[in-house]
Amino acid sequence: MEAVAKRLRRHIVSMIGRAGSGHPGGSLSAVEIVSTLYFRVLRHNPSDPAWPERDRFILSKGHAAPLLYATLAECGYFPVEELSTLRQFGSRLQGHTDRTLTPGVEMSAGSLGQGLSFSLGVALAGRLNSRPYRVYVLMGDGECDEGQVWEAAMASAHFKADNLVAIVDRNELQIDGWTCDVMELEPFNEKWQAFGWHVIEVDGHDFAQLIDAFDHAGRVKGQPTVIIARTTKGKGVSFMENNPDFHGKAPSPEQVEIALKELE
Amino acid sequence: MSQVVSLRETYGRTLVELGRENPDIVVLDADLRRSTMTHYFVSEFPDRSFDCGIAEQNMVSIAAGLAASGKIPFASTFAVFIPGRCYDQIRMSIAQPGLNVKLVSTHGGITVGEDGTSHQSVEDLLMACSLPGFTVIVPADATETTQTLRVAAATPGPFYIRLNRPALPLVNDENYRFNLGKAVVLRHGTKATIIAIGVMVAAALEAADNLVREGIDCRVLNMSTLKPVDEPAIIQAAAETGAIVTAEEHLEHGGLGSIVARVLAGHHPVPAEFVAIKDTYARSGKSAELLERYGLSARDIEQAVRTAIKRKP
Repeated sequence: MEAVAKRLRRHIVSMIGRAGSGHPGGSLSAVEIVSTLYFRVLRHNPSDPAWPERDRFILSKGHAAPLLYATLAECGYFPVEELSTLRQFGSRLQGHTDRTLTPGVEMSAGSLGQGLSFSLGVALAGRLNSRPYRVYVLMGDGECDEGQVWEAAMASAHFKADNLVAIVDRNELQIDGWTCDVMELEPFNEKWQAFGWHVIEVDGHDFAQLIDAFDHAGRVKGQPTVIIARTTKGKGVSFMENNPDFHGKAPSPEQVEIALKELE
Repeated sequence: MSQVVSLRETYGRTLVELGRENPDIVVLDADLRRSTMTHYFVSEFPDRSFDCGIAEQNMVSIAAGLAASGKIPFASTFAVFIPGRCYDQIRMSIAQPGLNVKLVSTHGGITVGEDGTSHQSVEDLLMACSLPGFTVIVPADATETTQTLRVAAATPGPFYIRLNRPALPLVNDENYRFNLGKAVVLRHGTKATIIAIGVMVAAALEAADNLVREGIDCRVLNMSTLKPVDEPAIIQAAAETGAIVTAEEHLEHGGLGSIVARVLAGHHPVPAEFVAIKDTYARSGKSAELLERYGLSARDIEQAVRTAIKRKP
């Protein structure tokens, strides 16, 4: 798993460097979360992305598209070589996710706060269709500033969507700075609890803790589960870690070189 | 005038029929089930009904998730809240991916009446029509409402259907068949054409009847499919009658008038007049009082027809 994570980080840095724009910080922070899901948790079939029984992964923080693309490519949804087309005209890999273009992408995202609601709809459809799939949605912590997140949080508990698992990438940084300075989220776990969710807090870079948390979430009945994953924005690249400048800025060619060396 | 029937009541009853025919149809609400009349569906299919509370943005994105998983969601609230309150959610969750969600709003326009500005939707059609891939329909009566709902349920892709609060007179007979994207000629005429939608169709017919007494015979078109609009019918009307008047319960900007003007300018320019609300919000009052005050009466249409005819070269 560590090797997979390193490959994904190398893809993310290279893709965004080549594209000249993109969001490295929030892609790097969620590498362990997303790779745990795709390589350990999800029942999915890269050769049949529309398989009705598949578990769904929905990326609500659509700016982490490079991470999702790298993961999907490593799983075999499309060729790894295609990653180099990120953000280019004519590419299937748009700046933010587009479900009409990219195999394996479940939702068109980029406008924050909509993914949890969308995922609840997918979860409710699963229940109506008597399909046993589970729905995993990854949100940013800054994204939780959006009021719709809390509308969806309330509704998910109300509809007892126990086939729904939300993961919050709690890297504590958003574009304008630390989340506590921009818009205080704490007491964060308690908020989710008060909204009727089962809350699990983990180190979002620790595979064992993540695997345990997903396993645990699968046994929770009658309520949705949220995994608050404590992470470091820009994780794995020294000069990007905890640096809000790299929320939405591409590394220069020299920085790419340094980063790839660190990720060898 | 003929029998008056509620479009909302018709919506509620038709949803139940559709629900019986197709198990994939599900219904979402935002705490207005007794106003949108979806409560009939809720009673018969409680497991396929989701009241999202007073949270329209959430409702719309949930509907998108259901549609992405094979369901055919009908989501309803007042026209002032959908699309206005949840425009970005509709844009990204439904329009961009072209998902099979049916947004049916009730209480459209100013005829919602006494509740006043906050509940009167005068911008919903311009917002709905702006969304790529959306089909936008404004039924003129209960007969047409049933049929548009059936067509929407059977046609993949996003729909916006706007209904009124008050019951409306029947303008179509029982043999009427709605064709998506096709305008309906309700009166034949040669001097001018009145193109109307929704509540204004009955007013257009009244105006046409009055104008005949002055020797002005008007064609009346019901343009219930606002998008994609029936361009050939507009062009033909312009070519054959030489003057156009549009009539809509909506702001002048961006609604039926703008759409018709674009088609005329591109294909067959003729004098045109636009009966619509002029860059203002309305206030509390009875439906009839408001239609009168904001320039949406049969008399306003008649005057617009006279003006358009006078402007003919």
